Formats: sequence, structure tokens, C-alpha cells
Amino acid sequence: MRRDRRAFLKIAGLSLMSFGMRPLSDALASNYRPEVVRAPEALVAKRWAMVVNPKKCTDRCQDCISACHQVHNVPDFGNPKDEVKWIWNEPFRDAFPGQEYRYIEKGLRERPVIVLCNHCENPPCVRVCPTKATFRREEDGIVMMDYHRCIGCRFCVAGCPYGARSMNFRDPRPFVKTINPDFPTRTKGVVEKCNFCEERLARGILPACVMACKAGALVFGDLENPESPVRDLLRKHFAIRRKAELGTGPQVYYIV
Amino acid sequence: MYDRGKIISGLAVFFALATLPFWVSGGKSVPPPEIKTDTSVIRQLKVKRCLEPTSFMKVRHMELIISWRQAVVRDGQRIYVASDGRQYRMSLSGTCLNCHSNKSKFCDSCHTYAGVKPACWSCHIIPGEAEG
Repeated sequence: MRRDRRAFLKIAGLSLMSFGMRPLSDALASNYRPEVVRAPEALVAKRWAMVVNPKKCTDRCQDCISACHQVHNVPDFGNPKDEVKWIWNEPFRDAFPGQEYRYIEKGLRERPVIVLCNHCENPPCVRVCPTKATFRREEDGIVMMDYHRCIGCRFCVAGCPYGARSMNFRDPRPFVKTINPDFPTRTKGVVEKCNFCEERLARGILPACVMACKAGALVFGDLENPESPVRDLLRKHFAIRRKAELGTGPQVYYIV
Repeated sequence: MYDRGKIISGLAVFFALATLPFWVSGGKSVPPPEIKTDTSVIRQLKVKRCLEPTSFMKVRHMELIISWRQAVVRDGQRIYVASDGRQYRMSLSGTCLNCHSNKSKFCDSCHTYAGVKPACWSCHIIPGEAEG
């Protein structure tokens, strides 16, 4: 039987393709999706947000910072170049550039303001992330990190206008003073940031910084719920947000 | 052929190095891993059963753990409903290692044998090692 070159190549191609069928069917068949549910005690909201009252902050108080960093195993490398931070103090002039003016009260310029990730409505970090390691939860607006996916490219660090993201240039574990066994540490080469205590909300507990603040300067709640404490504060006071003019839609409000 | 001596002796050295593991092991096979499940928590269990049947866990525990990661981190769901209806909090350190607290004799024995190096523990904490 004579077969021309064209027919031979066709048959050869088809037979080669058949090798791919088994892996293909396996991949389609083993789409393993177990049944999972939300924890019943979880706190849920349509839009988590925080209201900060800087007037209630007392000088040199580090309660919220140390509580957060302890709960989340945030390392302390001991030098500003490698610094990793989830919540920290920033001088007023840096936290709110554009809000200062020449004759501003001298102490106010340098006065520390507590700052953290703003869990933006329109987060630039999420837009630039090439692996979708950082993403915005549609159900409650928390901007999350999936450390498993982070490749350490630091686009998000460059994208975030608030400096809320820190890179682990070294293995952080030896630099965590007391390890909280209920929360993972990070590893070398991933970026980290505040997660609005998503893991605590899932257990029905308010964020660590909010619970640590004795002065009540940090208030947390659901923006979409008119009865929530954050809405109550926003009704009673005028509040500003950091660099809101950039269009990121920050969800941390500062009472002035 | 130029430099015949160098090439042939170089090839011989390469061949010896590449096949070194076979010469060293001397044709003996490595004993299969011993998986130990005698931890205090497992001893107290009335029915010695993991979340799912052992046959499933042996073959597909990695798929289960990956699906937990997806559910917890990306979907915000934290409770796993096993095929028999029991519910578990999805946590590698908190749930898996609560029973299998002998990680080095359970996880590692098989992973070392198979040459698998999961990167779980560079971030997730092994209970008991937390104080270190």
C-alpha cells in the first residue's frame, strides 16, 4: 500500500496527539473540590474600614504596633533599610503630604500619625501584581496577600502610594522575637503587609491593634452598615484620608 | 582524534562520577519509609481515622492541603466538611500537626524517601518549635 508523505504526517501527528489524551483527561477529572464552609463565629461585613482618631493617640505609645507585630510574627531586623512593618508611626508631614502649610503649628508637622494599609477600594498593588498574589476580597474589601504566590518582584511595593508594603530581604524567622504559633511567619523573598486581621475576623475577634489601643483611638467596623461604630464616628466628625486624590479609595479615615 | 588520552580519561571520570550513587549503594535497595502514628493525640482517639480514609489521605493529601490553602487564603472559608460530615478547621499547623505532632517521623520519613521537599515549613510553624 502506497501512502504519500502528507497522509503519513497526518497519521503521525494524530498518533502523537493521542499521548496527550491521558494527561488531559486526568487533569480534567481530578478537579478536586471538597466541601468547605465559613466558620459560624466569623465577623462579616460588606466593607471593613477603620477610623483613627489621632488626637487620642498619646506620645510614644506603641501598644497597637507591638500588638500587631507580635500577633503576626512581624520580624524586627533592627535596621531601617530592611524594616518590615504592618502598622507604624509616620510624621504628619509624610502621612499627609499636601496637607501641611508654611505656618502650620510646629509640633504638628512632626507629630506621629498611626498609619497602616488602607485596604483601598481601587488598590494599585493589586493592579500591578503579576501573579495575583495580592487581591481584593470582593465580599468585604480586604486587600489580601497570598504569600504562597508572591514571587518577590516588588511591583506592589512600588505601586503602593502609602509605603504599606515591606519586602523580606532576608529570612525573617530568626528575627521574630516571640513566635505566635497560630500565625505563619513569612519567608525570604516575599512582600508582606497588614491584612486587617482577616484571620482574627474569621474567628470572631476584632483586629489586634484595635483591641490593644486603650485610648480608643482606633475604631473598626462595617462601612456599609449605618449602625456600625465607624459610620457613627464619620457622622459626628469630619475625617480625611491619606492621598485620597490619587483615586485609590483608601478605607482608613482620620478624624481631624 | 586529537587529545585522545585527555578526552577518554575525562569521559571515564565523568562516567564514574555520574554512576557513583549506584556503586556506593552496591545494588542494595533502600528500606521503605516507616510511618509512625503513635502520638499522644492519636492514641487518645477512639476511632483511629484521619479526616478522610487512609487510602485517600495516602494518595491525595497534597491535593487536600492545596484545596485548603485555596479555601482559606483566597475564598475566606475556614471549615472543612469531611466526606462523613465531620467538620474541621483548616489549618496545617493547628489541625494536621495537632494529631501528627511527630512531623519528623510522619511527614518527613516519607518525603525524605521520595525526595519531596515541600516548602510548607519555611513559613508555617511546627508546633513545639515555636519557642526556638
